[in-house]
Amino acid sequence: MSTDTPYADIARNGVWTQNSILAQLLGLCPLLAVSSTFVNAFSLGLATIIVMLIANLAVSVLRTFIPYEVRIPIFVLIIAALVTVVDLAFNAFLHDLYLILGIFIPLIVTNCIVLARVEAFAAKNGVRAAAFDGLMMGVGFLWVISLLGLIREFIAQGTVFSGIEMLIPGVHGINLLGDDYPGFLIAILPPGAFFVLGFMIAGSNWWETRTARLRANDIAIAMEASSR
Amino acid sequence: MSDEQQPAPLYAEQSVVKVSARTAGILLLFTLAFTALMAGMHTATEPRLRASAQAEKHRLISDVLPSSSYNNDLLQDRVTLPANAALGTASDTTVYRARRDTAPVALVLEAVAPDGYSGRINLIVAIGNDARLIAMRVTQHRETPGLGDYIDPKKDRNKARPWITQFNGVGFEQFGPEKWRVKKDGGAIDQMTGATISARAVTNASRRALEWATTHRTALFAHVSGTRFTPGPADEEQP
Repeated sequence: MSTDTPYADIARNGVWTQNSILAQLLGLCPLLAVSSTFVNAFSLGLATIIVMLIANLAVSVLRTFIPYEVRIPIFVLIIAALVTVVDLAFNAFLHDLYLILGIFIPLIVTNCIVLARVEAFAAKNGVRAAAFDGLMMGVGFLWVISLLGLIREFIAQGTVFSGIEMLIPGVHGINLLGDDYPGFLIAILPPGAFFVLGFMIAGSNWWETRTARLRANDIAIAMEASSR
Repeated sequence: MSDEQQPAPLYAEQSVVKVSARTAGILLLFTLAFTALMAGMHTATEPRLRASAQAEKHRLISDVLPSSSYNNDLLQDRVTLPANAALGTASDTTVYRARRDTAPVALVLEAVAPDGYSGRINLIVAIGNDARLIAMRVTQHRETPGLGDYIDPKKDRNKARPWITQFNGVGFEQFGPEKWRVKKDGGAIDQMTGATISARAVTNASRRALEWATTHRTALFAHVSGTRFTPGPADEEQP
C-alpha cells in the first residue's frame, strides 16, 4: 500500500484538479469572510493546512474503529476537538504566532473541506497518504485564498501585503496606487469576494476547457496518423 | 405460518438492538475520549493562558497609561464594577486605579460600544483625574477587515497618527459632549469615508465612558481596593 501510493496524483488533485475552492467550491464561508487582505487570507490558509493535516491523520489512524453509520458525528467530533486542542496549544506555546493566526483557527471548524476530505479520503486510506492529502488540499486552499486576498486588497485599497509586518517584522506592505487612491469599497465587502471568486473560477474553467480541447485535438491527430 | 415467522423478526430485532447499542457505545467512547483530550489540553495550558492573558492586560494598560505616570501596584489597586449601562458592560469588570504617592492619577476601565458594524467593540480607556481621556485602545472587535478595523491602531494604515490617537489627552474642555461625535454627526472627531459606523460606535462609547468616569471618579478612588463599586454620596459632590 505504501509503496505505490500515488503521491503525485494526490498533490495534483489537491492543488489543482480537485482544488477545494476552484473545483469543489467548498469552504466558502471562511474563504469569503477572511480574504479581504493577502495577509489575513494567507494566515487562514496556513492555519487550515495545519488542521487538515492533523484531522486527516487522526481519522486515518482511527478509521478501523469508526462504525460506518455514525461516522459523520464522529468526524465532526474529532475535527472540533482537534481544532480546540490546536487553538489551545497555539495560544499556550506559540503565543506570538497565536496573536496572528489565533482568530482564524476557530473559523476552520466552519470549513466543510476539512470534513469532506476526512470523509472522502482519510476514512479510506492509509495514514501517510491521508496526511499528505490533507497537506495538499490545504495547499490548494492556501494559494487560492491568498490570490483572492491579493486581488481584493489591491482593488479595494490599492495596496499589496498590507499588515505583513505582523507576519514578518520589518517588512512593510506596498502601496501601489498611492495615497490618493479613493478605494473601491465593494471589493472588500462580501459581494466583492463573490465577484473576484467568480472570475477566478471562470478563469480556471477556461484553462481546463482549453487544455481538454488541445488534448482532444492531439488525440484526433494521433488517431488520424495511426489510421493511415 | 405465523409460528415459523415469529422467531425471525425477533432475532432481527435483537440484532438491531445489539448493533445500535454497540454503535452508541462506540460513539460514547469517542465522545468521552475526545472530551478528555480537550479537558486535558485545557488543564495543561490553563496556567500559561492565564499568565499570557495577564501579560496582555499589562501590555494593554501600558498602551493607554504610561507606567511612568504612576507608582502604585496598578493591577492590585482595583475596584470591581458591576454591569454598567453607561459603560455598556454586561457583566462585572475591573477598574484599575493609578496613583502617584497615594494621589489619584488616572482610572483604567473597560467600556463596550454595543453598536459596532459587526457587534460589540470592547475598549480599554484610561481617564485622568483631570477629566481628560489619556488614551484608549480597542481590545476586541469584529469590524470588517480592511474597512472598519482602523479603530485598532495595529490595523490602521496611518501608522504615524492612527485614528484612535486623536482621543489622546482630550477632555470636554476641547470638545464638549455635543462635539464629542464623529464629523458626520456634527462633531469634531474625524472618521474614514465609507466606514463611519465603527468610528461612531467607538466615539460615542468613549464619550459615555468619560462622562461616567468623571462623575464617579471620587467615589471610585475612595473605595477600598478589591471591593465592589457602589455609587455613594461622594458622587453628589461632583459637578
